[in-house]
Amino acid sequence: MSPARQYELVYIVSPDATDQDVADLHAQIEAIVVRYQGEMIRTDTWGRRKLAFRIGRHREGIYVLEVFKGTGELTKELDRRLKVIDSVIRHLIVRVDEDLRLAERTRARREAEVQRRIARGLPVGGRPRRTDEDGAEEEPNERAEV
Amino acid sequence: MAEERRGRGTSGPKGRGNARGGEKGAPRRGMFRRRKVCKFCADKIDHIDYKDAKMLLPFVPERAKILPRRISGVCAMHQRKLQTAIMRARLLALLPYSTD
Repeated sequence: MSPARQYELVYIVSPDATDQDVADLHAQIEAIVVRYQGEMIRTDTWGRRKLAFRIGRHREGIYVLEVFKGTGELTKELDRRLKVIDSVIRHLIVRVDEDLRLAERTRARREAEVQRRIARGLPVGGRPRRTDEDGAEEEPNERAEV
Repeated sequence: MAEERRGRGTSGPKGRGNARGGEKGAPRRGMFRRRKVCKFCADKIDHIDYKDAKMLLPFVPERAKILPRRISGVCAMHQRKLQTAIMRARLLALLPYSTD
């Protein structure tokens, strides 16, 4: 079995669906996740939103975001099921663990850099002063040419 | 096709050197060109989120085409990430593919 990874699933439910329908759908998805030894992390219902363009006959939809941990087989099954369900007009599953890790790493690196600069007594962040001087030097030259 | 591309690429001798010098921007005829900075580097946004349509909106003006790097000043790494984010947002109808 493939290793567990973190995914994000966003799906758009047809605007005709009631709150009950949306809750049912969520329960269905959770059941699939659990069946494949996955783990729900959080869900977020964005609610009714206008679509940027028409999908079929719909102009708006109910957006739901689910974050979960699971395997590749789980996403495959979810994808298959969501395609079949008529009230879901669109869905997208994105793997997020790598992106999150990368973002975390760059953030940590930047913080370390700031600490290092403080320790050395160097200016923290901002544009290096050198570029401003360069600009000032170059401007008169350019003008002289023109 | 290959020839076409080559023709566009090597416009050096014809195009008279740094007519469009990127970073330092030679200010021609007194016109002052501001130095462009990558918005994501400046604001320290590590992760470009496809769900945040409001953040992506300035990069898809009017026709809803992705704004080129030479205009927005976004760095190469962030432009790539921006591209995937915009394409995902379009899939979810958060951003339009085109408008007219």
